[in-house]
Amino acid sequence: MVKKDKGISFNLISRKKLNNFSSSEKLKYIMKEVRQGRILVLEHGLTPTEQTALIENTMKEIDHDTFIGIEMGGYGEEKTSFFQRVFGVIKKPRMTVIGPAHLLKMVHKDHDKIETTIIPGKGEN
Amino acid sequence: MGIFSRFKRGNFSRIIQKIFGKKHAKIGIYGPPNVGKTTLANRILREWTGDIMGSVSDIPHETRRAKWKTNIKIDNGGSSLVMDLVDTPGIATKIDFKEFMNTYGLNKEESRMRAKEATEGVIESIRWLEDIDGVVLVMDSTKDPFTQVNVTIIGNLEARDLPILIAANKIDADEASPATLKSAFPQHPVVPISALTGYNTEDLYTNMVKHFGKKRNKKRG
Repeated sequence: MVKKDKGISFNLISRKKLNNFSSSEKLKYIMKEVRQGRILVLEHGLTPTEQTALIENTMKEIDHDTFIGIEMGGYGEEKTSFFQRVFGVIKKPRMTVIGPAHLLKMVHKDHDKIETTIIPGKGEN
Repeated sequence: MGIFSRFKRGNFSRIIQKIFGKKHAKIGIYGPPNVGKTTLANRILREWTGDIMGSVSDIPHETRRAKWKTNIKIDNGGSSLVMDLVDTPGIATKIDFKEFMNTYGLNKEESRMRAKEATEGVIESIRWLEDIDGVVLVMDSTKDPFTQVNVTIIGNLEARDLPILIAANKIDADEASPATLKSAFPQHPVVPISALTGYNTEDLYTNMVKHFGKKRNKKRG
């Protein structure tokens, strides 16, 4: 695995930036960043379809010596009210953290908290 | 020949199905690796056809290609469900061949091969989502249910408006907590079972007939 000399990069990506991407551009961007050893926190997460596409892309990218996959955790989609659905307001995915699996480990997740840790030995300067 | 004698039983049941819902469905058994998907598929097949689906192992990713059996009939009192059952490889977001070596004692070549086939299996599982009518999502009731794999599968099926039945497996284990699963996903039926011992599988079959027999219009993702 690639050991970063300058610690681990956490990038917080704004909703605005993500909204400017198409789905495929978003997935390419995420994969490129994660493969470079960055951990991303997306203000506006991925739809379920994008999540499955990301898993599929990850499986194609796995190279057992340099990239073992991703760790991903996000909150469920925002619930919409009856009236919002009537007026065509769709469910929106919420904040999501994504990183390379050799660096990031999901410790615990529930409705209100996503707990992650940097794998010991990987995040040192 | 009278009109009633020509009105054969097959025609009648087809009309009833058209009105009241689907009784032949393609059902996928989904979940993360090592939750007991193939053990459950074997249990269902053994009980209803005398057959089995595939081999099981403590080593994750034992099922690396989807397997299926057609026309399995499950009876539940007065109603029944005929299904094609698809046992899918476990879905994961990461696969590390070193885990097979260090934790399960496989040699390097076996581990690399298993990991490579496992990545292909995950892709195959995801692609099968396009072609199924409902899912039995198997979760390990001894573990945290909020895994991204579970959340992703559920979100994907909800977006397609496909029925999900959660099998809270390994209920025979001391640390099992099916209540945690129920509170995590209250929008879907959760049936605690032990695929290994057969505990409560009758309840699972009742729910499968009820849940997957309903009339639905399938959306495509």
